[in-house]
Amino acid sequence: MTPPRPVLAGLVLVALAIVAAAAAEIPASERRSGYDFMGRETKAMQDDDTANPGMLFVLDGEAAWRRKVGAAGKSCADCHGDARVSMSGVAARYPAFDESRNRPVDLEQRINMCRSERQQAPPLAFESPDLLALTAYVARQSRGQKIAISDDARTRPFIEVGKEIFQHRQGQLNLSCAQCHDDNWGQKLASAVVPQAHPTGYPLYRLEWQALGSLQRRLRACMSGMRAEPYAYGAPENVDLELYLMSRANGLVVETPAVRP
Amino acid sequence: MARTLINVPAKAKRGDIIEIKTLIAHSMESGFRVGFNGALIPRDIITLFVCTYNGEEVFRADLSPAIAANPFITFHTIATESGTIAFSWSGDNGFSAAEFATITVE
Repeated sequence: MTPPRPVLAGLVLVALAIVAAAAAEIPASERRSGYDFMGRETKAMQDDDTANPGMLFVLDGEAAWRRKVGAAGKSCADCHGDARVSMSGVAARYPAFDESRNRPVDLEQRINMCRSERQQAPPLAFESPDLLALTAYVARQSRGQKIAISDDARTRPFIEVGKEIFQHRQGQLNLSCAQCHDDNWGQKLASAVVPQAHPTGYPLYRLEWQALGSLQRRLRACMSGMRAEPYAYGAPENVDLELYLMSRANGLVVETPAVRP
Repeated sequence: MARTLINVPAKAKRGDIIEIKTLIAHSMESGFRVGFNGALIPRDIITLFVCTYNGEEVFRADLSPAIAANPFITFHTIATESGTIAFSWSGDNGFSAAEFATITVE
């Protein structure tokens, strides 16, 4: 069956556009948070702490921060004290290189390392309400601070791996992350605006999820959309991708807990 | 008890129209979704929200399965006198939550 002419012409145009727009990374001056692409109502929801459903999880996280758990009988607060002081700016630097693992770990992994090593408690499952709440509470303490991923010799190789994952085509649709988020941001995918993929507000409350979710959940959802096989929760590929995206967002401001459509 | 977030102005002038905002953590499971085992997930929603101002009812809402998780309800009332504004939510499976805020009216 031959497609009608206008459709064929359209396809050629799309193909040309993709080739022509095989663009480089977004210049620093044009980097914008997903917040900028949202509607007025969703922005208002994020801006008001008593309307932002993510704050319910932050409050849960605050309670968890003070709860003694594990064989050591310690709470997070017993070592770290007031999170508003000790955790300020931490989320803006994560994922960060960890010497014991000899690779970067994200905030969720860092919390779980503390749990198993210091509190001697079983690690929390990825996407479990407790881990999301603790992560949101910790990340909330960096709200308003600029993302500052270190670009040192130890971290750089992992950023490069993440960048490679971001740029290579995968899945049955043969798409790369970069084709949408570097080359076609600001355009529409169905009715939704394609954002620049800066992870400024994780864990965030997504209206579609009706819940708080991690960056890894978001990445896995994108991969399913590309009909690629998502990396497992906690997989090195996921963390490297998180690291690259955060380093790409350097200078943007942490919004946790953000709200997104 | 379910976690809630309440926003009531601490102070107001008599006769002022004040905005009240309430948010409560609840899954609002609609009863129409199918679980991994192919069976319907039973309905579990908040069905009623009531706000009283010094004991007098000023706002009431019936909630339905189409309302999203973590319902956010906002409304206005007139600041008449100092006192307590109380909120209560109730629903399926014996769900019940209550919260209050105090307001000073000058």
